[in-house]
Formats: sequence, C-alpha cells, structure tokens
Amino acid sequence: MERCLQYLQVSLLITCFSGMMVFATDAQSSETHTIEKTANPINTTANHSQFKALQQKFNSGPEVTKACLSCHNQAGKQIQKNIHWTWSYHNKKTGQLLGKEHLINNFCSNARGNEGMCAQCHISYGAKNFKLPKKQSQIDCLVCHDTTGSYYRLPPTKGSPACSILFAGKKPIQWEHVAQNVGLPRRSNCGSCHFNGGGGDNVKHGDLSSIMANPTKDVDIHMSPDGQNFACTACHVTKNHQWSGSRYQGLARDLKGTGKPGFRRVATSCESCHGLEPHPKDSIKHLTLNTHVKRVACQACHIPSFARGGVATRTFWDWRTAGRTKKGLGFMEENYTQGNGKKRETYWSIKGNFKNGENIVPYYAWYNGVNTYTTVDTHFDPTKPVDINHLEGSANDAASRIWPFKRMVTWLQYDKKYNNLVYTHLWGNDDESFWGNFKLKKAIARGMKDANKPFSGEVGFIKTYSYWPTTHMVAPKEKAVACMECHATDGRLNEIKGIYIAGHHHFTWLDKTAWLVIALTGSGILLHMLIRLFAAVRRKKS
Amino acid sequence: MSMHRIMIYTRFERLWHWLQAGAILTLLFTGLRIHGTHTLISFETAATIHNIVAIGLLVLWAFATFWLFTTSNWRHYMPTKQGLWRIIRFYSYGIFQGEHHPYHKAFWRKHNPLQAAAYLGLKIVIFPMVWISGLIYLYIVLGGSWSGLLNFPAAVAFTHTLAAFALILFLIIHLYMLTIGGSLIQHITPMINGFDEVDLSQVEEAYLEADEPNHIKDDINQSENHR
Repeated sequence: MERCLQYLQVSLLITCFSGMMVFATDAQSSETHTIEKTANPINTTANHSQFKALQQKFNSGPEVTKACLSCHNQAGKQIQKNIHWTWSYHNKKTGQLLGKEHLINNFCSNARGNEGMCAQCHISYGAKNFKLPKKQSQIDCLVCHDTTGSYYRLPPTKGSPACSILFAGKKPIQWEHVAQNVGLPRRSNCGSCHFNGGGGDNVKHGDLSSIMANPTKDVDIHMSPDGQNFACTACHVTKNHQWSGSRYQGLARDLKGTGKPGFRRVATSCESCHGLEPHPKDSIKHLTLNTHVKRVACQACHIPSFARGGVATRTFWDWRTAGRTKKGLGFMEENYTQGNGKKRETYWSIKGNFKNGENIVPYYAWYNGVNTYTTVDTHFDPTKPVDINHLEGSANDAASRIWPFKRMVTWLQYDKKYNNLVYTHLWGNDDESFWGNFKLKKAIARGMKDANKPFSGEVGFIKTYSYWPTTHMVAPKEKAVACMECHATDGRLNEIKGIYIAGHHHFTWLDKTAWLVIALTGSGILLHMLIRLFAAVRRKKS
Repeated sequence: MSMHRIMIYTRFERLWHWLQAGAILTLLFTGLRIHGTHTLISFETAATIHNIVAIGLLVLWAFATFWLFTTSNWRHYMPTKQGLWRIIRFYSYGIFQGEHHPYHKAFWRKHNPLQAAAYLGLKIVIFPMVWISGLIYLYIVLGGSWSGLLNFPAAVAFTHTLAAFALILFLIIHLYMLTIGGSLIQHITPMINGFDEVDLSQVEEAYLEADEPNHIKDDINQSENHR
C-alpha cells in the first residue's frame, strides 16, 4: 500500500507541478534581511505587533485583511483599481484590452479559463474565475506585505485529480505572527509571483529570477544588498497603491528626467533618477554617450546580457510535442543544468519541449513604448511567424529608442481555419483539461466556449514571438556593453534599421570604388617607378 | 636670376606641415578604425583620439589660414597654366629620358604649377569637405541637435569618408613625389631646416642679403661666382 502510494505520488509529481511549488518558498527566505530601500524611505512610526486590531486569533486570510482595512480604510478601494486586482488594462493608445484576463501569451498561453491555477498569483482570496469578488476582505494584503517569509499561496483549485496531491503537506500559516509582522513589500514579496512568471523560476522575463531576491552587484547593481539594496518599489514608484512602470504603459524615452527638486516623479525610468544626461561630462566618451541617450535606451548598454547569476530563462517552447506519455503517464526530462547547478526541464508532457539559456545577449529593436497585441480576436497570416506583442516604433519616431528584449520563440496552438490564437483549457477537475487528459483539441474547444469565442475545431501550430523588455539586471558600469560591440561590422545592432552606425554601416560602393582607385594609383606609381628604373639602367648601358 | 640656398619654409610653415602630417596620419589611422577597416585599437580609444586630434587640427588650420593671408603666402597657391605642360610632360616622358626637373623654385613661387594646383585642391576642396562634415559630426556627437533632425545624417558620414579616401590618395602621390627630381633627403631636408635652392632675382637677392641675412645661406664660392 505504501509503495503504491509512493509510486502514485512520484509519477503525479512529475506529471504536474513540482516546479510551481518553489514559488512561495524559494523567493521568501530572508527573515534577517536588511531593510530594502524604497522610493520614499520612511522610519516607520508604528509597530504593527502592538496594534489591538492585530492582537487577535486569525484563522484565514480574509480575517487578517479585515483587520488591516479597519485602519487602512482607503487601501481596499485603491487596490481594487490596481492591475494586480483587475488583471485588465485598457490601452488608450491602441484601444486594446490587455491584461491577464484577455491576453494569450506564448508560455502557458492563457490565464483566462485556468484561474483555478493561475489565480495563485491574483491578489485575492478564492478568485476561481474573472468574476472578481467584490468584498474588500477578499483582497490578499499579505502576499505583498508579509515580511516573515512564512506566508504562501496555493492555487485556488486542485485541478485534475492527477495534480491534487502536490499541494498537501505545507506547514500551516501562523496567521497572528504573519499579521503582526507586516511591512513594505520587499523584492521577495514581488518575486513570489514575478520571479516565477511563465510557470517557474525566470521562465518568462529572463531578467527576473529568484537570484534577484539577493543578487550580487554583478547581477544587479541597484538591487544587490551590497549595492543600493533597492526594493522593487524604489523604481516602481507607488502612489495610492498604484505603481508605475507597467509594460502596458511603456515609456521608451523619458524627456522629463529627474523633475524639479522636491517633486517626486511617479515614473519608472532610469532618467527619473539619473537625469537626461546621465554620464558625467568629463570626457569625450561620456559626452558622446550622453548623445546616445536620445536614441539608445540606457538598458541597451547597461544590461549586457540577461538570465545572469545562475538561473536560466526559457528561450524556446514547442507545444507541438506536448501530450506524450509513457505507459499512459506524463513525464518530464531535465537535461539542462543551469549555472547554480539546478536541473531545468527540457520536456514536460503537459507543456512540450523547451530550450533554456543563460547570459543571453538581448534582441534589440526600435520601441516607442507601444505594443500591439495579437489577441484571440486577431486574425493573422499563418504563413509568417506571429508577434504576440508587436513592438511599435522606428528610427523616424522621436519617441522611439533602441531597446533590449528577451525574444521568446514558441510554437503555439491556434485555430487553423480562422487563423487566430486560442484559449486552451489547461487546468480543471474535468475531462477536458489538457493537464490531466492530454487532449488539446478538446481543451481548446472548452477554453474558447468558456470565453464565448468561435472555434473551428481545426488545431494547428504557429511560430510566435513575444518580446519582454530587458530592464532589470543592470550591471555595474564597468560591465556595460563596449562601444565596439555595436560599432562593428557584425555587432549587436545588426537588425537595427534606419540609422547610420559608424563602424557598422558602410557605403559599400564608396568603399569599394575608393580602395580600387587607391590600388590603381598604387599600381600606376609602381609602373612609373619601374619604367624609371628600366630607363635609367638602359641609359647607363648606352 | 641665380640659384641660392635660402630659407623657403619658415619655422611656422614647417611646424604647420609636420603637425598637420602627424594629425592627418593619426586621423586616418583612427578614422579607418572607426570606419571598421581595421580593429588594431578599440573603437572608443580611436573615437576619443580622433575627436581630440581633430579639434587640434582645426586650431592649427585656423592659425595657418591666418598666417597664409597675413603674410601673403597664399600667393604660392594661385593656380597658373604657365609651365604646367612642361611639368606634365616631364612626369610622363622626360623623367624616363633622364631629364632634370624643369622647375626651379622662385622666391614667390616655391611650388611648381602642378604642385600648386594639387595643394590648392587639397586646401579648398578636400580639407573643407573634412572639416565641414567633421564639425557637424562633432556638433552632434558632443550633444548638439537640430530641431527636426532625429538621426545622424548619413550624408555627413559619406562626405567625411569620401574626403578621407581622397586624402589617402593625395598622401600616396605626395610621398611618391619625394623620389622625383632629386633624392629623398634633398626633398625632405627643406621641410626640416627650411633651406632650399631657389632662383632669385637680383632684387630679391639684395633684399635678403640686406634685410634677412640669416635667410640666405650661400656657400662663398657660389655667391662669389654670382657677383
């Protein structure tokens, strides 16, 4: 009996979420942490452990939240406007509805319809679909404000029976202890979700891994405890529980800089601290670099590569191979060993084949802060790769600069007849969820039905790209990208069009003609010299 | 008219020539690095040296231009057809027959007509191409901007590159000319000590002997012969 259980546990563990379990534990491990700097450093005037409201017996998250809101009586309203709550964002520039409620990405494709799993990262208690709870007591304050590292979240539902066993055995949360030790969010708080985007450590962003909870200076000069020890909110400046620096509201070129003294700018740009002329005006090189600022994002030079520090990011994903089983069971292969020695998946029945990478040179592109998304409603030309988020901007657009990106390449399922991306029902305790039944067509049909979208029933796979701005993992200035890495015939900016880059671009025909003329002149001179010598010798003889 | 060794390249002119030569060689070396022709030094070193030397050369040119106009030395560069054909004929035919260089330097005409034309071309075509495009380059690189101008204009780079290639061509021919109509040493020495053989009129000779005795260095025999 015991052996049987053990077998079941092991095989199911592999089938499902061994990677996901890392979420709460890996990132929040630093109780004796020094205080991280925020944009608005305060010496607190309150000790939460002494508040009467918190000196009571708590049995659940919502009970703690009620206690929080009994003093912080505006926080609930503020949070319910936040994108972490709404998971929806209306981009006024493109008119598109963005956010996890709507979008399809090229990782685990869609949160919509899979909230039972994905809402593990929604800051609410018990959101199982996008009908969000109205009660403010359903807001999870602790995921952001816990400082003990002992708080964790589980997926709202257990999914297919094949997966349920995984989430047993966690130590119960000591609610009173957690509630009495709240504080400003630390890197590990934000990281409990953002380091694990895409379904595992650093899978999605490339520049946000568990390493960032305590990075060395070489990995991130700002966030390293040996450097500035910035909390995320030092740059993602917050006002009334709304914080700046969302990808959806990109600011590719900041023209305001630091702003006037005394006025804190609610902006997440390098320039908001470093100014519009960030390099000291003490050398020709630095003066030149200050003019680069106009057309090149700071990150393009100051983040020489991403996925640094020992944790790999996923670079390629192939859904075409998902669903393979061994003796009817899902399996996982881990054939990539990352810098810190940990093995990473290269195949997983529920997801397909992967490639992972570290210390990756970014993909560079013109970017003006606007993304046009390929949504479930977008019909595309299936003969070409599809940009999940098409980067807007060009050399002729003053708001654009050359930005570094992680470019994710994924073969993703789509509706082969209607030529659009699809919602896939991955998670659920039913016979349609892909993670449990491995039947893709059925899972898509359910996902599209739940979202009231048409589905032809024909499933194809399309090559997709998604672009993730590389903006964390800023290296010490000595490690910035050297001039000649772009100013070279074969350089980092090979793909960049519309500008003249000395040392990279040439007027090929001018070069060729010029060297030909120079060679001809040289030969003419040589000939002239030979005739002179020959004539002189002949004169001497005669 | 008689031949004399006189000071033909004054101290400033020699300084100008050699500083300019050094600057141009440095600029060509670093410029070709920036262009991507070679990678013997790093891009940033090349760019820094290129900028500093370029600014230095601009200052030198400002002085040289001032000098040319205030001392009337610009007259040496005025184009003339007189004797031009003989020079061309010499380079393309006479030289092979063992003829001597037909040109004798005169006090106010120290370059032969072809040479003068070449130097004039350098001064009024190639150099302005370099410095006008270079100044625009510097202006942009050091933080200047035009309203409406977003990107570095490729035409500026084109002009600058074209002028650089023209300079290389000039340099090659300039250096080869050192071997024609006399030995290498004979050609280089005047640009070091300033003295060269010049055909002087009696008036010029008298003037030099009376007012610039240090600028005329005839050996005794030769000068006695003339008297």
